[in-house]
Amino acid sequence: MATTTTLPPKKVNRIGLEQAAYKGNKSTLCAGCGHNAISERIIEAFYEMGVEPHRVAKLSGIGCSSKSPAYFLRSTHGFNAVHGRMPSVATGTLLANRSLIAIGVSGDGDTASIGIGQFVHLMRRNLPLIYIIEDNGCYGLTKGQFSATADKGSVLKNGVVNDLPPIDTCALAIQLGATYVARSFSGDKKQLLALLQGAIGHRGTAMLDVISPCVTFNDHLGSTKSYGYVKDHDAPVGDITFVPFFDDITVDYDEGTTTNVTLHDGSRILLKKLDRDYDPTDKSEALRVLTQSHDRGEVVTGLFYVNTEQPNFIDLLNVVDQPLATLPLARVRPPQSALEEVMESLR
Amino acid sequence: MATTDLAPAQVELSARRDTVVNDLSIQVATVNGSGSQSSNMVLLRALFQMGIPISGKNLFPSNIEGLPTWFTIRASKHDWIARRKETDFLVAMNPETAEEDVRGLESGAACLYDEKLDLKRFRDDLIFYPVPFDKLVAPVCPDAKLRKLVRNMIYVGAVARLLEIDMGEIENALRKQFKKKVKAADLNFKAVLAGYEFAEKNLEKKDRFQVQRMNANEGKILIEGNAAAALGCMFAGVTVVTWYPITPSSSLCETLITYMKRYRMDPETGKATFAIVQAEDELAAIGMVMGAGWAGARAMTSTAGPGISLMAEFVGLGYYAEVPAVIFDIQRVGPSTGLPTRTAQGDVLSTALLSHGDTKHPLLFPSSVDECYSMALDAFDLAEELQTPVFVMSDLDLGMNFWMSEPFKYPDGPPKRGKVLGAEDLDRLGGFLRYRDVDGDGVGYRTLPGTAHPGAGYFTRGSGHDERAIYSEKADVYVNNMDRLAHKFDTAKRLVPGPVIEENGHGIGIIAYGTSHWAVMECRDQLAHEFGVETDYCRIRAFPFADEVAAFVRRHRRVYVVEQNRDGQLGALLRLTLSAEEISRLRNVLHYDGLPIDARSVTDAIMTQEVGN
Repeated sequence: MATTTTLPPKKVNRIGLEQAAYKGNKSTLCAGCGHNAISERIIEAFYEMGVEPHRVAKLSGIGCSSKSPAYFLRSTHGFNAVHGRMPSVATGTLLANRSLIAIGVSGDGDTASIGIGQFVHLMRRNLPLIYIIEDNGCYGLTKGQFSATADKGSVLKNGVVNDLPPIDTCALAIQLGATYVARSFSGDKKQLLALLQGAIGHRGTAMLDVISPCVTFNDHLGSTKSYGYVKDHDAPVGDITFVPFFDDITVDYDEGTTTNVTLHDGSRILLKKLDRDYDPTDKSEALRVLTQSHDRGEVVTGLFYVNTEQPNFIDLLNVVDQPLATLPLARVRPPQSALEEVMESLR
Repeated sequence: MATTDLAPAQVELSARRDTVVNDLSIQVATVNGSGSQSSNMVLLRALFQMGIPISGKNLFPSNIEGLPTWFTIRASKHDWIARRKETDFLVAMNPETAEEDVRGLESGAACLYDEKLDLKRFRDDLIFYPVPFDKLVAPVCPDAKLRKLVRNMIYVGAVARLLEIDMGEIENALRKQFKKKVKAADLNFKAVLAGYEFAEKNLEKKDRFQVQRMNANEGKILIEGNAAAALGCMFAGVTVVTWYPITPSSSLCETLITYMKRYRMDPETGKATFAIVQAEDELAAIGMVMGAGWAGARAMTSTAGPGISLMAEFVGLGYYAEVPAVIFDIQRVGPSTGLPTRTAQGDVLSTALLSHGDTKHPLLFPSSVDECYSMALDAFDLAEELQTPVFVMSDLDLGMNFWMSEPFKYPDGPPKRGKVLGAEDLDRLGGFLRYRDVDGDGVGYRTLPGTAHPGAGYFTRGSGHDERAIYSEKADVYVNNMDRLAHKFDTAKRLVPGPVIEENGHGIGIIAYGTSHWAVMECRDQLAHEFGVETDYCRIRAFPFADEVAAFVRRHRRVYVVEQNRDGQLGALLRLTLSAEEISRLRNVLHYDGLPIDARSVTDAIMTQEVGN
């Protein structure tokens, strides 16, 4: 490589790519949409982790959220599936090629209403997938109807009040078997980036419910998914720091005030405990915190639960290490003697 | 194996003047869950091993235990293996249906029955063989709990004696049926012998039916269509299988699991070269196939009509986003839950056009177990060559019943994996446009996720897209894309299996497909011999229809389209592609009572219409 260039050296990540290599097409979502902020954090997370874009697969369902994979990782394969059915497409993709890092983007309607069936089965399989809910509590693309994550008592722009309790996708995911479950806020850059980096390093279902206000239909006073509401009611369970596996910086915290979780790829998550003694490896504690804070009207954010011991779905299936999609013929077509043996058994 | 001690090729089939040799149908009426399937398979296999062409059809209820079930066995020296409407020899074991079963027999038929049913009172023109089953089973099977299951073996022995089925072959068949369970085999054979000996001592042979050894089955196998399809999938190199249980399709994936565990484990690592997942529903099953096909795997699912309905949305995405997928539809009787354990060809029209918007899909129509195997291989090639969902339209009759076949042939070439560009190709080409028709056949080039090249990625979507796979709502972009897809379907016409035409210049033609084939073959013989009506025959093996089909229609004054549904669904598809003049030559022959189609019904339907002409 020539080193005599006069231009200032461009900032690159550990595999020599600039952040621009992780960008996507121009967003067609509304200006100020929380989803765009999430796309930016996804770009940063993959850049900072030094993931080769071709090793990623982007998946989504239908809705505003599901358009967003076009707005990050431009050179990566993407699949915009049908409404509520991204989990099955992601499952098939990973069955075909287990070496991919798959990121699925869904919305609250796409997940908790039409897609709840596939969502729960995805969670219980612990498929190695980063599953992001861009959660604005409403259907933006069809002009703002309530979704199943809308809080009871929240009000639509046109005055309609939601009478039904919300589905807590985080509590559901923890109960069903997801092994990395977090909630964040599209406006919290630091926390969301750390959670996304942790999700990339995790090899199981990483479910991130990201409150992402809909600036057009759900960012007013009566909404519990507005910028103002979340800012006022956000109660983080911990101050999260992410240390990538290739980073050798030491983070110095007082003994007893942090929880240190080592992820599958060697990365570490350091959770500085806040006002309560929170342990993210304790499933029942996670569920208790979610229930209690819900009763208090708080929006708890942070990493609720992480389990790096549980085998993921691909491991459980005991498939070969190479991608099934491209196994050579000799490994997928038994020899002629096998057919003859079967034929003989049928005579 | 019994094939080694077959009699010489030419067997003189002679007997008493009025004796009917190797041409009969047996019907066994039992209660579901009483173990009669084993008994019936022993009878069927023994006849098969005697070298006589046979077919066996299980007419069973949607139930685990208690409802009536019938098994029909046909033995035919003429090689007619469609279901025969008439029963020559009834085994009446089910008190609930016995009267109806007996009343439905033709005069002169034989009826072997459980003595306590006292069936003689219903008819005086039949030959009755009462057998005291309870009395015979008790000494054979001291364990009262097992008696229900062993009891049915008694009729095997009695029928063997009356029809002169070789007892050596009965024992071979029985031991094959019970495989390594020697004790169970011994116990069951004791019951067979008890039946045989009872018949020998107490039943005077009065009916006309008899079997004799032939040599028609040398080297042949006996297999269900679903198992044959499973074998085809395995040798096609399938790697991702996702499914949801549904009758009559479940046994396809279940058999596949058995074969894959045996033949597709990596010898070095002990790991699977496949992933088989029982999905939460058919929506997920097809979604997983879509994801896997997109990522480059040979992926399939298997289902029946209700599952096909659920898959409609995803299949439209597969058509428009151009994702390979193989879907087996083992058709059963609809609509809705319909008659879930009965056979039909009722999904043809809805599957051909499955989903919303302008969609159409290649369908393959296997007629035989051999074609279940070979068309499974074809389907994977077609799906990848055409980058689209491909359906194999089997049915319950083919999928779940045992059929004779020549052994299957090992695939003679590598799989056709279609147009896939790797990193080196992209370096050479400098890039690619996913949906551009480079070769003029309507099929673009694709790349797989994971391809290590910055130009490999593209965004797959069900929304409007241009050649670069970029979102577009422009009118001309949409129309060009849809026209290319139509052109791709013309390419499919050249790639799918063509029709099988038997033609001798007769004025009347028959078109059929799938399992209707067997009834049509026999019907043509009936038409020729009983009515002097000679026919030509075009057996359609795929949609889109090859041009030869229209040419066949043009060469015949009248063309009878025979199928197993109410509305003439394949006929309707033909009408979408033929000219008005060609359409005027078509006539429907429809069979849709849930039972496998029989030759007599087809002959009657054709003659009724012929008389008017």
